[in-house]
Order: sequence, then C-alpha cells, then structure tokens
Amino acid sequence: MAQMNLLQAINNALDTVMAENDRAVCFGEDVGHFGGVFRATSGLQEKYGKNRCFNTPLVEQGVIGFANGLAAQGSTPIAEIQFADYIFPAFDQIVNESAKFRYRSGNEFDVGKLTIRTPYGGGIAGGLYHSQSPEAYFAHTPGLKLVVPRNPYQAKGLLLASIRDDNPVIFFEPKRLYRASVGEVPEEDYQLPLGKAEVVQQGSDITLLAWGAQMEIVEKAAELASADGISCEIIDLRTILPWDIETVANSVMKTGRFVVSQEAPLTAGFASEIAATIQQECFLHLEAPIARVCGMDTPYPLALEKEYVADHLKIYEAIKNSMTY
Amino acid sequence: MNTDIYSESPVVHQPAFIDGHSVEIPILKILKQDGSIYENATMPEIDQALATKTYKTLAFHRVLDERMVAAQRQGRISFYMAALGEEAASVGGAAGLKDQDMIMAQYREQGALMFRGFSLENFMNQMFSNEKDLGKGRQMPIHYGSNELNYMTISSPLGTQIPQAAGYAYGQKMQGLDAVTICYFGEGAASEGDFHAGLNMAAVHQSPVIFFCRNNGYAISTPSDEQYVGNGIASRGVGYGMKTLRIDGNDILAVIAAVQLAREYAVKEGKPVLIEAMSYRLGAHSTSDDPSGYRTREEEAKWQEHDPILRMKNWMLAQGWWDEAQETALFEKLRDDVLAAVKVSEKIDKPPVEDLITDVYDQAPPLLQSQFEQLKEHIKKYPDAYPFTAGRIK
Repeated sequence: MAQMNLLQAINNALDTVMAENDRAVCFGEDVGHFGGVFRATSGLQEKYGKNRCFNTPLVEQGVIGFANGLAAQGSTPIAEIQFADYIFPAFDQIVNESAKFRYRSGNEFDVGKLTIRTPYGGGIAGGLYHSQSPEAYFAHTPGLKLVVPRNPYQAKGLLLASIRDDNPVIFFEPKRLYRASVGEVPEEDYQLPLGKAEVVQQGSDITLLAWGAQMEIVEKAAELASADGISCEIIDLRTILPWDIETVANSVMKTGRFVVSQEAPLTAGFASEIAATIQQECFLHLEAPIARVCGMDTPYPLALEKEYVADHLKIYEAIKNSMTY
Repeated sequence: MNTDIYSESPVVHQPAFIDGHSVEIPILKILKQDGSIYENATMPEIDQALATKTYKTLAFHRVLDERMVAAQRQGRISFYMAALGEEAASVGGAAGLKDQDMIMAQYREQGALMFRGFSLENFMNQMFSNEKDLGKGRQMPIHYGSNELNYMTISSPLGTQIPQAAGYAYGQKMQGLDAVTICYFGEGAASEGDFHAGLNMAAVHQSPVIFFCRNNGYAISTPSDEQYVGNGIASRGVGYGMKTLRIDGNDILAVIAAVQLAREYAVKEGKPVLIEAMSYRLGAHSTSDDPSGYRTREEEAKWQEHDPILRMKNWMLAQGWWDEAQETALFEKLRDDVLAAVKVSEKIDKPPVEDLITDVYDQAPPLLQSQFEQLKEHIKKYPDAYPFTAGRIK
C-alpha cells in the first residue's frame, strides 16, 4: 500500500497497463512530455517512448476518431479529453462511431479496447467551461460504458477494469479531487467491477445515492443527518452505464426513502432516469417521494458557484423533508 | 518543429497576398479513351492476370449496380447507391493494394470490396437484410463490411472514417506490419471537420494512410463549385504538409499507378499520401434522388464519353487480352447470376429477434436482457403483428 492522490492513482493504473500491454497507447492534448495539464500522464512518455505516449493536435474529434481507428485495429488506445467541457467536438465520433461500431458491423469489427479519460465537474472556480458534468448526454447512448471513481483506490481499480473491458468506456475523473483526495492504494494490480454499485455505509432510514466527487458531499450531509438520529445508507453508483439497478432498488426497498444527488443540472440528468426506475421497482415500499438534489438548470456559474451547487446543506434538507413527509 | 518558418521564409517589405490558387497541381493521365497509352507515360505494374481480374470486377460492378437500381425500382430492396461512371476509382484502388491493406470506404466503393472477393451472395444478403447478412440486417443496403477481407463496415455519417484511418494506420505501423490503410471519401465529405482532423492527425503522427478523394462533382445535388473555391481537394494535402497527387479517376491505369506509388511511399516512409481522383457521378446520388432536377443532360452526355469501363475495355482489346465474344459472354453471365442471386436472397429469413440485443455490448447488460424478455412476452401475445419473429421465439 502507498499513499496516493487521485492523479497518482490514475498515473499508476496507466503505468500498469502500459507495462503489461505494449499495444496500449496514451495520447491527447499536452499528454506527452508535459504529462497532461493535470499531470495524469506524467513520466509515461519518458518510460514508454514518444510512439506510445504523445501530444495530439488540438482537435477533439481527431483525437477520438484516431482512437476509434486504433481500437478497431486491435491496439489499446487510452485517449484523454483535457476537460469534459471540450468533449463535444468529439460527440459524433463517440455517439455515432464508438458506441455503434460493434453493433453496426454485426461484430465484424469493434472498438472495445477504447478508453476515453476526461476530467469533469465543478468546485474549482472553473466557470461555464471547466466545470460541466456531461454524463447524461452519453448515458442516452447504448454501446457506451460510463464510469466515475470517488477516490484514489476506486480510481485505480475502476480505470484498470475500464481499459481491459471489451467495450468503449468513458472514464470521468472528478478533477476537484485530483489532489484533494488522498488514500491508501495498493501498488499491485487490481480491478474493481464495472456495472456494480457499492454500499459505502449501511443505514436503515433513507438511501442516498451519488457518484464521483458528489459522494463526499453526500457523506457530509449524512453526518449532519446522523446527528439528528437519522440512519443513512449511502451508495456510490460507480458505473452510470450500465447501472446497477439491483443494489439501489434493494436498498430503497429496505429504507423506503431515497435521495439521489448529481452535480449536473436537474432536468433530464441521470438522476431523473434513476428516480423513474426506482419508483417503478420500489413503488409500494416508498414512504416519501424520491428527491433529486442537483445543479440548477443554468449554465455552470462562476461567482455564484456556492449558491448553485448541490451542496451538503441542500442534501441535508432533502433528507429531513423525506423523513418528515 | 515548424518554428523555422519565422527565420526561413523569404522576406518582403510590401504587404502582398499570395494567391489562393498559386499551387499548380497537374493531373496524371496514362490511358486514353480509345485504349492507347499517352506518349512517355509510366505504366503501373500490371500483367494480364491483374488486368483481367480488374476488368471483370469493373464489369461485375456495373451489372450489379444496374440490376440493383432496377430491383429498388421494383420495390424488392429499400435503397441503393450506384457508382456509375466512377467505378475505376474504387476497383483500381484495390488493384493497387495488397490484400492485407485495410480499406475504409465512404459508401460508393463497393468496387474495392468486389475486387477483394466479397461474393455475390454476401452482397445480396446485406442488401436484403436477411439472416445471412454479415451485418445481421442492421444497416441499410450498401453498408457492407468484412473483417476477413479487411474492408471496414460502412458507416453513414460522412467523413468519420477519415481520422479513424489515421489511427488504424498508426496501429499498423506500430506493429511493424507491411500494411497500409486506404481511406475513401468524396469531395463533399472533405468539407466535414473530420476530414481536416484526420489529415492533420495522420500528417503529424505519420500514419501510413492513403487518403483517396473521389471528386465526382456532386454531393447529392450540390455541385463541387458550391462545395469549395480552392484548387480542389488536392491543394489541402499540400497545406497539411502531405505528399499529394491528382489523377484522372476514370483512367484505371492512372488509379493503379497512383495507389501503387502511394502504397510504396506510405510503407517505406511511414507517412500519409493524398490522392484526388477527378471523376463524375453519372448516376443519381442514391435511388432517392433524380439528377434531372439539378443538372443538364448535356453535362451528363459529356461525361458519358469518359466511361472508365469502356476505356479499359479498349485497352484490353488493344493488348489482345480480351475480345468481343468474351465481353458478351461475361455480361450475359453476370446478369443471369445477379438475377438468380436476387431470387435466392430475397427468400431468406429475416435475422432472429435475438439479434436486436447482441453486439450492443460484448454481453447484453441485465437491463437490456430484461427488456428483451418483456419484448418476447409481448410478441407472443400479439404474434400476428410480428410475423417475421413470432414463430421463432424460444
């Protein structure tokens, strides 16, 4: 075990894969010698050479198009999009190409070896274009897997699983936690399962669900609630697509109350999909309406970020409202 | 590093533009319409066997297109795209490559797949979306693909294959393979962002890819003079710092010569090449449009005189490699074969309902499986509404 922050855990996972698989290639804008603007690919070019870790021109659709081709060829591309806010020029390559490659060819070809890494989320005074959480756009696209880690241990295990999974995966990295989140991470190889949520705290009164950086916000709200004598069960979804309905539904059937929280705006966010499914699965067990605590339906703000975000106090209020419904 | 531009450019002291057409790009022609060769022309490497295979592929192409447009008019298939008048670009491209080279086409390059040996039955099964279609009946007619023949499955969105070809070829080079990727697209698709992304990625990362533009004058109804004002597509290759060649796309020998040269360069130097083949789409864009609404008969008639298949036939006759009796027999046989194949393929069952959920992922996730179970129960309840699958539900 070693103490690592989330960036170091990601760097360690990339190093692990590049050492074992000489067809694994890391690339993106500033990913080469500089090691990425957040330094996630630090040292990889020195270790594995310019052919396997390199800068690309500034063209996101080119980065993902190139990655799709490499994956179809049998290589293992790990492409970085510098900020999730800038993934949209590559939207067509991801939604019409990566996601449909296997299906449209009848399994003659696939890009299962593709992994796209991208930092997402707010809390870094990044304003409109360095703070977005665009997972819901991609969750509407069959053929993709979407994974979000909450801490360094999860980041390494989930990233290794994502790279080795035989489907295209978008790995959303909570950039607010890159250096802020530090924890014990095994230096050896390990994987955490995709498509499986994790119950991180058992409880009996209410179920709280989130993913990525929002997990620690939810945990903070649960502490406040605990002081009021409310026992919260906390679940980290970990994989957004395909998501683990069973774990969430089992918990809600036990507690009868459910709050789901995401950073992204409320309307048509993935929390809405979860709420619809859980009311269908758990209708007769629910003691209160399902609450979604999300970002507001505005672009991501700058000066008023504190007011905008789904913070622990808003979640705490939602918990109390549910308990007293 | 390109920073030397600052110190190495010629210096002037009066502001003056360079002209947008200042790059002069010649066009390679080897074969004349009457079947003779231009004086001093450098021939491609081609013997009687390759020439005969190429010519027979061109003939197959024309017959298949002709018959399948008719089949669409009869309502037997939903859609078709012919390549009338520009068959030499795709067939000649494949003829200049090796079998291990990847072909990433746009959608009008069935000729390259024919050259590789995709069977008539395979073509038919794809167009009839039946259970023997390699693509499992998922895509509209002409979206062929074959892993075995190194022909990437066609995708409708335009230009997406261009940056993908840059990546595919990079992978071939990393593995040290004696292989390149050829990437076909039209002059219309060259307006897409993916074109610029793909050419720049390939140039910067030195991918051994042959970008092959079929400049056939039209993107559906939009003529090329409303698509760009620069010196064709070839001038852009120069802009991206790439070896570039413009050819007569209706001259099969020029196509083969250009692709052979490009392949040799791409493998040896590990760098991309851009070829712009000038041609003309004599047919409609697809069976869904009628060119009489956007161009004149006179214009079409002018291009009829440049028929690439007749041009190659004239050369074959002059070589003594072909005669009129062979010609008649070949076309008769091809027409009979295609008609017979239509009758077989249109009777083959649709794909099983299981193919709705396979290949979305490597394995169907639980939610998709439960949707499928619900669907099967629904079909069993209303079997008359789902005649293709109701009788086959397990």
